[in-house]
Amino acid sequence: MYSVIRTIFNEEHEMFRQSIKDFIAKEITPYNAEWEKNKMVSRESWKKLGDNGFLCIQAPEQFGGLNIQDFRYNAILVEELGLSGCSGPAIGYPLHNDIVFPYILHYGTEEAKAKYIPGMISGDLISAVAMTEPGAGSDLQAIRSTAVDMGDHYLINGSKTFITNGYLADVVVVAAKTDPKLGAKGISLFILDKNMEGFSKGVPFEKVGLHAQDTCELFFEDVRVPKENLLGKVGEGFKYLMTELAQERLIVGLAAVALAESAFLSTLEYVQQRKAFGKSISDFQNTRFKLAEMGAKLEQGRMYCDQLVSLHNDKKVDPAMASSAKYLLTELQCWVSDECVQLHGGYGYMWEYPVARAFADARVQRIYAGTNEIMKELIVRKLLK
Amino acid sequence: MKILVCITHVPDTTSKIQFTENNTKFDKSGVQFIIGPYDDYALARAVELKEQLGASLTVLNVGEAETEPTLRKALAIGADDAIRVNAFPSDSHFVATQIAAIAKENNYDLIMMGRESIDFNGGMVHGMVGELLGIPSVSPVMKLEVDGEIVKMAREIEGGKEYLEAKLPLVAGCQEPIAEWKIPNMRGIMSARTKPLQVKEAISEENATEVTAYQLPPAKGAVKLVDKDNVEELVRLLKNEAKVL
Repeated sequence: MYSVIRTIFNEEHEMFRQSIKDFIAKEITPYNAEWEKNKMVSRESWKKLGDNGFLCIQAPEQFGGLNIQDFRYNAILVEELGLSGCSGPAIGYPLHNDIVFPYILHYGTEEAKAKYIPGMISGDLISAVAMTEPGAGSDLQAIRSTAVDMGDHYLINGSKTFITNGYLADVVVVAAKTDPKLGAKGISLFILDKNMEGFSKGVPFEKVGLHAQDTCELFFEDVRVPKENLLGKVGEGFKYLMTELAQERLIVGLAAVALAESAFLSTLEYVQQRKAFGKSISDFQNTRFKLAEMGAKLEQGRMYCDQLVSLHNDKKVDPAMASSAKYLLTELQCWVSDECVQLHGGYGYMWEYPVARAFADARVQRIYAGTNEIMKELIVRKLLK
Repeated sequence: MKILVCITHVPDTTSKIQFTENNTKFDKSGVQFIIGPYDDYALARAVELKEQLGASLTVLNVGEAETEPTLRKALAIGADDAIRVNAFPSDSHFVATQIAAIAKENNYDLIMMGRESIDFNGGMVHGMVGELLGIPSVSPVMKLEVDGEIVKMAREIEGGKEYLEAKLPLVAGCQEPIAEWKIPNMRGIMSARTKPLQVKEAISEENATEVTAYQLPPAKGAVKLVDKDNVEELVRLLKNEAKVL
């Protein structure tokens, strides 16, 4: 689709890309409509990803991983899932690989790593991260879930909402207050697993989009969490979140461009087939200008992503850069999907058209992983430093 | 046991086919290349046999340097090593001669390939290789089991199947459902780069045929919709315009 040659990938990356494309065509696309009805992907799909070695590729060999420290592979997985237009899988699988897994890898105790990482690699354990609460989203410091040190364990109480992968999750990284009197410094992170007594889940939400995503509420009632399930140090949870959120926001940005490209490609095909006033609507100047605007901006977005992926491989993407990417690229996705609906006319509002789904799926991208308003705050903080 | 799988490097089935140089050359620009789908079935079955029998598995392609990513993919799927005969695969006889020369050097027990390539669709190479080596060649093979020195196969024939046995060594031209296509997994992709890929010069051989021109099928016409109650009009169109009645 692009005239600019992409330069960050080598032959192995391209082989991996082709494998992922083949995997998606065989194991994801044929099932996505059914998953949208079920409000979740199948557990089997997670196992198949694991069997093919596509989960947690950066995990150390001692836990059964491949120890691949090359973020370009992670980026290709996100990109190809996005290009397939299967939005639920495009959000859920990378969340496990690139957002939850790093918390356990970077801050988990050796016992916790040994207990959870092999299952996360094989797809037997699905993971989620729980920060948002009914009364605390952007204002993360205001969370009310508590973790009380009982000597030989922590006792966790509270609830979380809008948890991506929540319903299927076996392992959840939970933010809770270990010292409610303190703000950010009172937050710690814990690994909870679904078998712990007192840990329960709501049903998947009825959402505007991302219908194959099992987003739900989580409830904790006197959940006894072993001491080894604390991530890092007590009171440092907020710091860890700020560190890891950069990658989360970058992932959202990468998915945004790929999902927008998917909507754009289906629109390119549609405008050449659809006739009005005796000619294809791609012959009208308005259509041509809109296609050119979208094509140019998507190309720019793709180049921007490649540059960020390259920088991130060298650990040079800071939180403000990731915030810029998340803000700009999700706004781009929403604009592109809206324009694509317009070019489809009435059919663009029909659910069976991929572009209608793309439009509905796009909207939340500006909200989760930190709202775009919070992204702007993080960007400007750096500018005014 | 030594297995050789011969693979072709062919345009993806969704590629837009165009010709250049006065319709005498295939235009490769913008085309993505893949392992020939029938060869992919042969490779998948060979990987299963390798695991089942502890066999060695070599993949071979007759092609220029651009085909190496395709060979690397075969290594990622499970082949142990690869050979590229450095030559443009100009016709079936030329390719079969190259394969036979490599096979004579290495004494493979089983030589597998697709029933035909999907670019020029000659479907002749497996037969020629068998002839050049003086061993049986069977195609299209839908099922293949190895029991000691005996190979048990099912072959597609008009309106049914034929079950047959032959002694090793043997050439098999394969098709589905001999095995399910394999997608290279992450471990396979990472190990492919370190597996040996040997480049050999082609033995001198003249083409038996020469392509003088290619022609694309005529473009499909527009669809005509006929009212469901107007059968007479449908018959008239099928008779006079489509000329199929």
